[in-house]
Amino acid sequence: MADKGAIGKSGKPFRMPIEWGKVRDFERAIKDPNRAYFDLELAQREYGGVPIPVTFLMTSAFWQDEESMPAVHFDLGRVLHGEQEFEFFKPIHVGDVLTGVTRVADVYDKTGGRGGTMTFTVLETTYTNNKGEQVAVARSVIVETGKTVAAG
Amino acid sequence: MVQKLRFDQVAVGDEIPALTVESVSRMDFVRYAGASGDFVPLHYDQTFVEAVGIPTVFAQGMFTAGLLSRCLTDYVGVGQVRRFKVRFTTRVWPGDTITCRGKVTKKYQEQGENRIEGELEAINQKAEVAVKGSFVAACG
Repeated sequence: MADKGAIGKSGKPFRMPIEWGKVRDFERAIKDPNRAYFDLELAQREYGGVPIPVTFLMTSAFWQDEESMPAVHFDLGRVLHGEQEFEFFKPIHVGDVLTGVTRVADVYDKTGGRGGTMTFTVLETTYTNNKGEQVAVARSVIVETGKTVAAG
Repeated sequence: MVQKLRFDQVAVGDEIPALTVESVSRMDFVRYAGASGDFVPLHYDQTFVEAVGIPTVFAQGMFTAGLLSRCLTDYVGVGQVRRFKVRFTTRVWPGDTITCRGKVTKKYQEQGENRIEGELEAINQKAEVAVKGSFVAACG
């Protein structure tokens, strides 16, 4: 059941250094051989530094902990990742140290096709860089189903 | 070779060059788990998925979204994406072949940049949509 009281709750800010090794792991994992991610001379010449893959900020998972996640409770046996969105305002490069803050942007219920209630939680993480500029926003929609994931 | 998409070369309706990834594997899901920090066991632990009634491990939604994002940056260039939005519609199983594709739906100016907007999708070998998405990108 949607806990509307969770809307607006924020976690503690977390630090996220953008590291070349992690960018390389990630580009291999998504099968993207773009030279920008490993040719340093090309990256500096064309992009002002090694850029990050579009979905790289998913690796915030390595930098977030319980304190940086707002106090929402999910039953891990019943949650699914429904949607994900990224918005970019300024370039992000390897070497940057970002600060992220995650807040609950929305929580709502929907009745599913089989009559069960699904609860949708929208988590929004805002990233700023070392200069205090907002560089990106990431939005995750977490869906908690009425039954276990397998039955879905 | 570094390529930026030229605004005067793009037309509404243009198809984004498709990208096909043959036969995704359990190793791919493991590699993505390690790279992303997503250690939900549904994606690599066979014992776990069988215990919850699922026949085999399946891909993280964001793994397939990552393939789709590469299709996009191959077209618009690295560092040009301003918005990338995806939703997950069908599970991707080991052995599936994923084709990523999309098209341009809008051209406009915003925030002092020439921009394009478009739709994206990743489909499997049965033409089922695994990931549906949209994007905004800046053009040179």
